[in-house]
Amino acid sequence: MQKKDLGLLVLILAVGAIVAIINPRFLSPINLANTANLVGLFGIFAIGQGFVIITGGIELSVGSVIALLGVLFIDLIVTHAMPWPFAFLLMLAGGVLIGLAHGLLVTRMNMQPFIVTLCGLLIYRGVARFYTADATAGFGFGVSFPTLEWLATGRSFGVPHSFLAMLAITAVMWVVLHRSVYGRHLYAVGKNEEAARYSGVPTGRVIVTAYVICGVLTAIAAIFFAMYTRSISPASHGGFYELYAIAAAVLGGFSLRGGEGSIIGVVLGAVLLQVLQNLVNLLGIPSSLNFAVMGSVILIGVLVDQQFGEYRRRRAAQQRQ
Amino acid sequence: MTEPFLELLNIGKRYPGVVALDDVSLSVAPGEVIGLVGENGAGKSTLMKVLGGVEQPSVGTIRVDGMDRAAMTVAEAIAAGIAFVHQELNLFENLDAAANVFIGREPLTAGPLRLVDLARLAAAAAPLFERLGADFSPAAPVASLSIAQRQLVEIAKALSLDSRLVIMDEPTSSLTLTETDRLLAVIGDLRAAGVSIIFISHRLNEVTACSDRVMVLRDGRKVAELAKAEISPEAMVRHMIGRDLKSVYRPPQAAPGAPILEIRGARTPAHPDPGVDIAVRRGEILGLAGLIGAGRTELARAVFGIEPLTGGIVRLDGRDLAIGSPHDAIAQGLYLVPEDRKGCGVVLDLAIAQNISLPRLADLAHRGLVDRAAETALAEDQAERLRIRAPGVDVPVGSLSGGNQQKVVLAKWLSMSPKAIIFDEPTRGIDVGAKREIYDMLRALADSGVAILMISSDMEEVIGVSDRIAVMHEGRISGTLARPAFSEAAVLRLAVGHLQ
Repeated sequence: MQKKDLGLLVLILAVGAIVAIINPRFLSPINLANTANLVGLFGIFAIGQGFVIITGGIELSVGSVIALLGVLFIDLIVTHAMPWPFAFLLMLAGGVLIGLAHGLLVTRMNMQPFIVTLCGLLIYRGVARFYTADATAGFGFGVSFPTLEWLATGRSFGVPHSFLAMLAITAVMWVVLHRSVYGRHLYAVGKNEEAARYSGVPTGRVIVTAYVICGVLTAIAAIFFAMYTRSISPASHGGFYELYAIAAAVLGGFSLRGGEGSIIGVVLGAVLLQVLQNLVNLLGIPSSLNFAVMGSVILIGVLVDQQFGEYRRRRAAQQRQ
Repeated sequence: MTEPFLELLNIGKRYPGVVALDDVSLSVAPGEVIGLVGENGAGKSTLMKVLGGVEQPSVGTIRVDGMDRAAMTVAEAIAAGIAFVHQELNLFENLDAAANVFIGREPLTAGPLRLVDLARLAAAAAPLFERLGADFSPAAPVASLSIAQRQLVEIAKALSLDSRLVIMDEPTSSLTLTETDRLLAVIGDLRAAGVSIIFISHRLNEVTACSDRVMVLRDGRKVAELAKAEISPEAMVRHMIGRDLKSVYRPPQAAPGAPILEIRGARTPAHPDPGVDIAVRRGEILGLAGLIGAGRTELARAVFGIEPLTGGIVRLDGRDLAIGSPHDAIAQGLYLVPEDRKGCGVVLDLAIAQNISLPRLADLAHRGLVDRAAETALAEDQAERLRIRAPGVDVPVGSLSGGNQQKVVLAKWLSMSPKAIIFDEPTRGIDVGAKREIYDMLRALADSGVAILMISSDMEEVIGVSDRIAVMHEGRISGTLARPAFSEAAVLRLAVGHLQ
């Protein structure tokens, strides 16, 4: 674990401790399980966002993809009676396809990631609303998928499965980012794409893969969200979720310029965001202030982190001399 | 000689644990050109920072027009008439030349809006550019100007500030020969007009050509001050390194073998018309000389697959190469050490080990996972072999000196199995000592059977290092010289387009 991640962990524990002292319900099993569930849901696609951010890009269409794939998934298994494992694989393929399209537009057509994914945000949201004619997609009365529901929303030993899924994904992605050849290539491309290319790194393929990873993880999250909310109104489902993912990454020490960030960091960032949401609820802060609290904490967090980093660098430089 | 208007007396500058400057004195008289030479780290930059008011000296006196002071601020330095033309030009590429000259000091219109008075700005800029003999319009966007033209913009800026002393840091390092001559002429004109120049350069021939006086720094101390008659590259080198630099260049051990790297009818987007034919033989260093813009770098980039060739073929060791990307070139044993070290050669924020292993991570991995012990071992081995001076292979490459950064680029390729390596300006911005090590490595590589194509604009280097010299002019080879026929004049004639 890097020093930066450790700092974030300390912050989470400190905030948690304060909330727990003011309102002991924070530590109640039901509250912890609920928070863990949300951490799992948001953490899964935040990890994907992290990969794109390391390339120096950004993925703004996450929320819309969650809405579109969620709507499609429910429609396929409820209306079209498609076996759910098949629908699940189809949604993963959809995530791959979306990531592939974004990645190729960025690398082959030299478009800016912000523009490509902003257009994605608009397009997928529009398609989702059109597909259901703006109606809410959900499970009709009496419709049930016991296995799927257990897998997606159940608990083992009191731990929500979404959280367990996120832990598994975290472990796999940690190895991919921090130990694999691909991860090394990704950092090199994020730090200096030209130098990476001159060293024979297939930079285009590396960047496209990052968008595909993001697409797949977002698709997985989309299904968890669909099963969690059980009804999806395509106009609002997943709204602003891309910003949660970006916020988690930024809190976790990612630089939007690319080349920096860790899996532990982005996961802890997702944890902190959910703890803050929980704090707003538990401390009786008007929920309309939700975003304001989140924004303030991110702002102060990043500010303090940068100032502290600057101070440490200066001290290290002095010690060298 | 007229009275000096600016004097640095017994300047010392110490940082915690380091003495950057020790008892250095320097006087500048109007209309004097002072050459300032020394190896990297000798204290040149620190001295210039003191002059520019960026750093305050620890001891000593700065005397401006007879007034003594202990230190200057940046504003005081500008008021004293000191201006800089930086090595990495500080211009706004998105603005035009005139706007750059008056950046931050734009003439404003009368009235409440106080808009930029474009007419007055243009009128004020025109005579400055005329005086410098600029061959471009002041309204030209800086992005469209060559490096030499951009320098003139910087000099115009200095003149517009009524500067009495212009400090030029490595002004010719990216200029062609004609551009260098033109800059030296501008320096002459400025001197005649009473403007003093401090000329910092590693190009000792140019320092010799233009300086009235040369100050040599070594380890923060002034080790010599040469009068006009004493100035020569040999004398400067002797003082810079404190000994004679004998035989910088080693001759090849064996006669070259069969052609390894053959480029036939190569066409690039920049020079689509004539094809380039070059053959580099086993164990040979082929120098590729020419003016900047002759298409040498474009050729190298195309052969390496950065922007693939628009025509022609590349053969390596008798096999036609299908190169669509650097990845392909590297897989076949053809490597490039690029001109832009910091931009393309290394990833500054990554550790030495991670830079060295980058092109061959797949070899160092088991099932897609990097074997970090093997990576570190490889890097340590290379660092020792190439004498990379660093606290460890885990420090970022950005913390190393230019020479050591270049060694990291070399280490990357030497750890693999090169058949041919293209070097593009291998020693640009590298100090004398490190240069010599790089020349040794080039020769050792060639002796081990690698074919080397060395692009260089440093005439001394081309003539000293190469076994043969091919000269490029406007996208084609205007001639090839064998060792007995080497001379600056011969290379130059071909470089400006006289065919053999």
